Amino acid sequence: MKLDTLTSEKIKVFIEKGKASSKEICQIFLDQIEKSNFEIKALLHFDPNFAFQQAEHIDRMQAEGKPLPDLAGLPMVIKDNILIKGLRCTCGSKNLENFVAPYNATVIEKLEAAGAIFLGKANLDEYAMGSSTENSAYGPTVNPHQPDYVPGGSSGGSAAAVAANMSLAALGTDTGGSIRQPAAFCGVVGMKPTYSRVSRFGLVAFGSSLDQIGPLANNVRDVAKILKVISGKDPRDATSLDVEVPDYVAALGRPIKGLKIGLPRQYQRSGVSEIVQMRIDSGLKRFRDLGCEMIEVDLPHIDYAIATYYVIAMAEASSNLARYDGVRYGMRGTEEDDLTNMYLATRDAGFGEEVKRRIMLGTFVLSSGYYDAYYLKAQKVRTLIKQDFEEAFRKVDFLVSPTSPTPPFRLGEKTNDPLEMYLSDIFTIAANLVGIPGISVPCGSTTDGLPIGMQIMGTHFDEERVLNLAHAFEQSGEVS
Amino acid sequence: MKINLAEVDHIAKLANLSFTEEEKQKFIGPLNSILEYVDQLNKLDTTGIQPTEQVVHTSKKNYSWNSDQVKSTFTQKQALDNGPEVGSGHFKVPKVISEK
Repeated sequence: MKLDTLTSEKIKVFIEKGKASSKEICQIFLDQIEKSNFEIKALLHFDPNFAFQQAEHIDRMQAEGKPLPDLAGLPMVIKDNILIKGLRCTCGSKNLENFVAPYNATVIEKLEAAGAIFLGKANLDEYAMGSSTENSAYGPTVNPHQPDYVPGGSSGGSAAAVAANMSLAALGTDTGGSIRQPAAFCGVVGMKPTYSRVSRFGLVAFGSSLDQIGPLANNVRDVAKILKVISGKDPRDATSLDVEVPDYVAALGRPIKGLKIGLPRQYQRSGVSEIVQMRIDSGLKRFRDLGCEMIEVDLPHIDYAIATYYVIAMAEASSNLARYDGVRYGMRGTEEDDLTNMYLATRDAGFGEEVKRRIMLGTFVLSSGYYDAYYLKAQKVRTLIKQDFEEAFRKVDFLVSPTSPTPPFRLGEKTNDPLEMYLSDIFTIAANLVGIPGISVPCGSTTDGLPIGMQIMGTHFDEERVLNLAHAFEQSGEVS
Repeated sequence: MKINLAEVDHIAKLANLSFTEEEKQKFIGPLNSILEYVDQLNKLDTTGIQPTEQVVHTSKKNYSWNSDQVKSTFTQKQALDNGPEVGSGHFKVPKVISEK
């Protein structure tokens, strides 16, 4: 079985034709995890018996002659901020080291019903706060292409697991680029859907007006298949919307000739490295050859996106993380003489440096006297940025840019300068502020073999066309 | 703007976080450089602009109401299973009311 070219479709056919059982396929990936995880640290914890139970269920269905569901036997890893009942969910934090999920996230229920197998839980920056997976309390994941480089973040474990053939697909979460940037850094496909497209019930909250769950895989078709399964209204998540879920897979292969691709003028002076610009230019030429029209567009307020994002994300984080008080779940600090000291000891021992920094800044921008100047101001600028995108999408069908201004950076390169780390999210965070879908597809690599990604963004609920364009790009061959 | 050590103490108190003097010294530099960076928002005139609290729901009419039904959720045991200290069917916490 060649792992590099394996797809969810092939796996299903293997099982249906009796060429391999779901359990045997599962074993191949678990062997790969045993072999690679020590070095790559993509997974925080994994449980072969748990995976085998699910695989045996698929094998029983096959033996009984029942039709197999769409994702039957698909080995997946799940970012460790999404709950799988009975498994630990650490969020990459010391605080939740021993937390065992008492229920399944909606996305897990849906994937399980579709036949997917959960091999393990993937590493992340603590509470998904970071762009390199170096903020995990359990140590960084490394880039499978070169181990002294970061895999991106915060869904770095998810992206690295797919890139290293430790799983065929993964779920990540994206609050400010956290699926797309690691997908780009690891050379895989990753998509952030429209805000409210996918239920967040069972996702540990970070920035509630920004967070979305989305798939990562080796190819666009598998991303489309998984997205189709996890999308839709969920009564348990009031922010999920009742909007019809199209058949994303059926939409692949439609003609893209004549579609209008917008190139944001402001993005062209945003410190993009030479090699990234070269690869993106080749990618854009590919679109031109396929008959797409290139149109320059303006996003006048985009330079304010990072400042806007961090004010809003930190404010929401400080509020969401107030729940970790050492009473109902999570660790408890040892100071027990009174309640306030217990809170302080718990939060001091449980949270890492970046999380504390964001709670502090978030608390500050929401505090009396500063709320209007920072938080409310950022929400107003968010409106301006949203209007910029609405205006752009009146002229074009998509916006295309690099996913990240640089190729993967070295481990430790940006850990001492938080602001520098934040600036690496420049192309991805606007999609979260505006709530639109975005995908990262591989677009060549550096001369040293480090992957580069191209981002395609579409308008609200236009995943169908974004996936189709990404698919057309992927099918046109590798970029060099 | 820049914040000073006294303000760091004030915010830490609001956030239920505690820092040693050494940690505060280490923290304040990055805090201030981030605040300085986000200060650029003040260059924009936002008079008359409505704030955005959430992004999708304003443009779509796909709200739905949940029916007001009682459904079973966790058992008491499940709810207590992750508690750091539990006893007699309760979460245990240090005393809240002081003797003073």
